Amino acid sequence: MKIIVTVKQVPDTSGKVAVNPDGTLDRASMQTIINPDDMNAVEAALTLKDQLGCKVVAFTMGPPPAEGMLRELMAMGVDEGVLISGREFGGSDTYATSQIVAAGIDTYGVDQDDIIFSGRQAIDGDTAQVGPQIAEKLHLPQVSYAGEIKRDGSSLIVKRMLEDGYMLVKVQTPCLITCVKELNEPRYMTVRGIEECFSKPLTVMSYETLKDHPLIDPTTIGLKGSPTNIYKSFTPPQKGIGVMLEGDGKDTTDKLVGILSAKHII
Amino acid sequence: MAEIFNSADTAAFKNVWVFCEQRQGKMMSTTFELISEGRKLADELGVELCGILLGDDVDGIAGELGGYGADRVYVYNSPLLKNYTTDAYTKVVVDAVQAIKPEILLFGASNIGRDLAPRCAARLHTGLCADCTHLDVDLNGYVEFLRTGSSLDVDNTNFESKQFDVNTNLKMTRPAFGGHLMATIVCPRFRPAMATVRPGVMKRGAYDEAKAKAVEIVHPVFELSVADVKTEVLDVVKAAKKLVDLIGADYIVSVGRGIAKDVEGGIKLAEELAAELGGVVGSSRAVVDAGWLSADHQVGQTGKTVHPKVYIALGISGAIQHKAGMQDSECIIAVNKNDGAPIFEIADYGICGDLFKVVPELIESVRAAKAAK
Repeated sequence: MKIIVTVKQVPDTSGKVAVNPDGTLDRASMQTIINPDDMNAVEAALTLKDQLGCKVVAFTMGPPPAEGMLRELMAMGVDEGVLISGREFGGSDTYATSQIVAAGIDTYGVDQDDIIFSGRQAIDGDTAQVGPQIAEKLHLPQVSYAGEIKRDGSSLIVKRMLEDGYMLVKVQTPCLITCVKELNEPRYMTVRGIEECFSKPLTVMSYETLKDHPLIDPTTIGLKGSPTNIYKSFTPPQKGIGVMLEGDGKDTTDKLVGILSAKHII
Repeated sequence: MAEIFNSADTAAFKNVWVFCEQRQGKMMSTTFELISEGRKLADELGVELCGILLGDDVDGIAGELGGYGADRVYVYNSPLLKNYTTDAYTKVVVDAVQAIKPEILLFGASNIGRDLAPRCAARLHTGLCADCTHLDVDLNGYVEFLRTGSSLDVDNTNFESKQFDVNTNLKMTRPAFGGHLMATIVCPRFRPAMATVRPGVMKRGAYDEAKAKAVEIVHPVFELSVADVKTEVLDVVKAAKKLVDLIGADYIVSVGRGIAKDVEGGIKLAEELAAELGGVVGSSRAVVDAGWLSADHQVGQTGKTVHPKVYIALGISGAIQHKAGMQDSECIIAVNKNDGAPIFEIADYGICGDLFKVVPELIESVRAAKAAK
């Protein structure tokens, strides 16, 4: 048994975000972080490793510097890293990305008792699509929005979060689970982990490695192979600054309510 | 199926479809928003609008879809479709799309829509755009939307394309990078063009009783067996607490980190003001992350998108992720101690002051104004 975790290095959109004049993101000037929901997926994997002693392998697709992120995860306890990287993969949308990552995972091998954990969604695109699409390409059952996971023999019982409650879903391995932040509290790197992380195995899968896999077809990967394309990108309009009222006393609030009443807003 | 389904044969696809999400036999309100929006797109293309409804004995809620503009509803009833499962719903939707070939397929971006749509798109080999906030077929309508909805200089922008017909392809607009950027996505080479649409963004149209009666209900033959479903739903649990209805509210009073010095007192003030206005209490993400209010109160990129008549932001600094969920409110009022808070950049009316001082005064002012009427 092993556990596979899919992770993504993303620009930190919680701080200042720099936009180029042409409306694209100025990635060079931004910090990168491990996608927050993916940290919950990593923690879910490490929790099971603590209980069962199984191997945890982290998969990511990205440019070569993403290796640094994989080393950080190894310092948390992940045993092995796979970096899928190649110019041919650049510009992929969720469909194309899922094909490439699924080809990588399939090349590595998925056994009958394996589990794949993904984060619910990444903060750069917020699509939540790649997890389910990897599951589809690997013909595995999926349970998304996992808020609690229990093992029951060879199956998992997942509390699948809904807007108005939850479902309890039983699923057999192998399967793919996407994790929400309520699932757990990700652990920190340990000093020993940091010492060991650079001696743990890291494999790079390039286009050459994967090109003979049935899912890798030049017409369905990368920018050109992606079913969706960006038609226009732009920044939202800046709303004009309204009226700043003087003072903070009762006469100020009276004045505000007076304006709103006169305009029939309240 | 006799012929092999080919998503690239775009000319073979016609009509706009909406996946009509129901839970426990009750239609989700987002479905009606999508039907109204789908009607607009179908009219722009000059085609029919169809609902696809899956469940167990759900014919009774199909007619209502006609009232909001559906010409036809394909209904698939089976005990295996009573509760949502990825496997069963994906199989039925994919088989239906392959057999009937709609050119556009919309889903609500709910926790179920966002599970089902990507799985279907991957199996159909077509594109899917997540969490859209604006949809257009007609190019003129899109350009007019950008005139007020973007910072683009639309009169000096080239909208033509050598690759595809800009006037018939669905243009799907969505926020990215936490709302810092907007992107319009197209899916020109494959059909159906698929989108999930953020709940609360599209406006539900007027209900027409005559159209509800006239809607055509169709029950296509379909195959689904227990062996198709690899997961088992053991239980469906509704949240015990009544959740706050932010999306339907005309007045929202939201609290942010500014209530930190007296959390209970701050929430109580917001509740009082909301009660006085006949509204509800919302919050920023920080308040939910701190555990001061439950997640159903959260407004913003990862919470709800709202457009009430009045949005009152109390002690909310106005991070872009929060603004993304409320900047289209008709009137925004901000109270914040820091006169440089970004929330003032989008507020119609701002008061710089301590919310614990200002809100009791505001409640008094509202009471006095109501008494004077």
